[in-house]
Amino acid sequence: MSRFALNGAVAMICALLLTAVSARADEFTKDDLKKWDTAFQSVMKEGEKLFHSGTLGKNSVSCDMCHPHASNTHPETYPKFQKQIGKVVGLRDMINWCIQNPQEGTPLLADDPRMFALEAYIHWERRGVKLEPGKH
Amino acid sequence: MNKGMDRRTFLKGAGALAAAAALPVGLVEVAWGKKPGETFTFAYISDAHITQISGPQFVKNFDKGLQKAVLEVNFMDPKPDFVVFGGDLAQLGKKEEIDHGLEILKDLTVPVKWVIGEHDYYLDLGKYWQEKVSPLHYSFDHKGVHFVVLNSILTHDDWTHKRWPTAEERMHQMARLDNPEGSPFMVKDEQLAWLKGDLAKVKKDTQLVVLSHSPLYKVFKPWNFWTDDAEKVQALLKPFQSVQVLHGHVHQVLYNQIGNISFNAFMATAWPWPYPVSYNQLPNKVPDMTVFMNRADPFKERDGTGWGKIDIAGNRGVAHHYELWENSSRTVRKESGKKQPADDTYQDPKKRITPQKHY
Ligand code: HEC
Ligand SMILES: [Fe+2]
Ligand SMILES: [Fe+2]
Repeated sequence: MSRFALNGAVAMICALLLTAVSARADEFTKDDLKKWDTAFQSVMKEGEKLFHSGTLGKNSVSCDMCHPHASNTHPETYPKFQKQIGKVVGLRDMINWCIQNPQEGTPLLADDPRMFALEAYIHWERRGVKLEPGKH
Repeated sequence: MNKGMDRRTFLKGAGALAAAAALPVGLVEVAWGKKPGETFTFAYISDAHITQISGPQFVKNFDKGLQKAVLEVNFMDPKPDFVVFGGDLAQLGKKEEIDHGLEILKDLTVPVKWVIGEHDYYLDLGKYWQEKVSPLHYSFDHKGVHFVVLNSILTHDDWTHKRWPTAEERMHQMARLDNPEGSPFMVKDEQLAWLKGDLAKVKKDTQLVVLSHSPLYKVFKPWNFWTDDAEKVQALLKPFQSVQVLHGHVHQVLYNQIGNISFNAFMATAWPWPYPVSYNQLPNKVPDMTVFMNRADPFKERDGTGWGKIDIAGNRGVAHHYELWENSSRTVRKESGKKQPADDTYQDPKKRITPQKHY
């Protein structure tokens, strides 16, 4: 038996064992949806708090001072070309730009939970707007 | 040529006359022939938002905006008769912030007329402002024009006096523009009664200029681009032939016309604000006639900010010049006899440019 086939067999046995104890992977309940939404909302709310807090930078300036309701952040246009950076960048690059410049702070790492929270809030305030990557 | 009316104002006036001849009678009525009236210029600086970080440290970005405006106003030739400061000198109403702002503004070589903003008011309810800066509402006459300054950023007594545990908390709450716990701006009855009395002494054909911090009409309540009792103020202004309201607070070029009243807002020196149409989760609208300022470039610190100057061109109307840093300056004119103000360059929708589209 090739290693490939052996892996396949192991995976099959694992899957069978799992279905015996829980629902199938593609089936979820209303309770699940509620749980996931609650998880999202709490991250989004954390983002809303950070966005209004003045703690991301060093000069007490907060994002909402210039972006009320996260307006003019245009998450639907990313990734897009930024002239001054000279290449296509993501939303988080512009979040970090504003942390470093108007807020005189240090940029967040890409996997910083605060970055996810900010992105969650910024996208939430823009929900329903059609995606237009690259738009200026 | 009249002093205080620049060559472009004059040429534009002549152009309007030619345009009037080409239009069906009754559409445009140009008020020539009457005595020209006195002309003069004043400057407008607003929304400096001087922010203390701690001790002697202040946010440099906002200091630089105010300093630049002061420098440029001092270079105006001819000198303006005075400068209006449109409110929000401080960020959190602190004495240190007001003092630091005054320190920068004291370099101005012309007198200042002061309007209070909510960021100056909600820490001590205007106490320090009145001691150090100016009364909260007053009127004065200048070269035949009657000026009225209003404190338009009052709100419900319960919100002001009962809602918050400390004055600092109240200030913080009012400083947040998109605050769901906020409260709408108002002029309130006591000041309305004062205004009524003040205007009773003024002849109805006198040019009236009203200076307020918030717009004396309703744009977008969730950001307090709004004065709740604006209609009551407008009713008192209605009997006058020509009224000009100048305001700050919105940190953007914004203009409107309601009957005999023209409204013009100026940019901040600190930072620009999005137009309410940029927030799509709530119904919103901006006066149709406003040609938006360009979308700001986050890489240019002073983009979207600046200051203004106003030419009162006698009975020919009023011209508002927007000195938009990092952009071409703009002029919005309300010629007497015209129903609405218009931008010299961009008013025709076909002449608009891409960065003026906000979304
Ligand atoms: C002093 C004002 C100021 C502050 C504070 C500020 N920004 Fe900005 N930011 C701007 C301006 C001005 C722009 C350009 C606006 C535009 O593109 O319409 C901008 C652009 C952006 C963009 C790109 C928008 C686009 O259209 O591509 C993002 C994302 C952004 N800011 C996020 C933030 C976040 C997050 C914070 C807080 C950490 C913040 N900003 C703080 C002024 C500010
Ligand atoms: Fe302001
Ligand atoms: Fe304000």
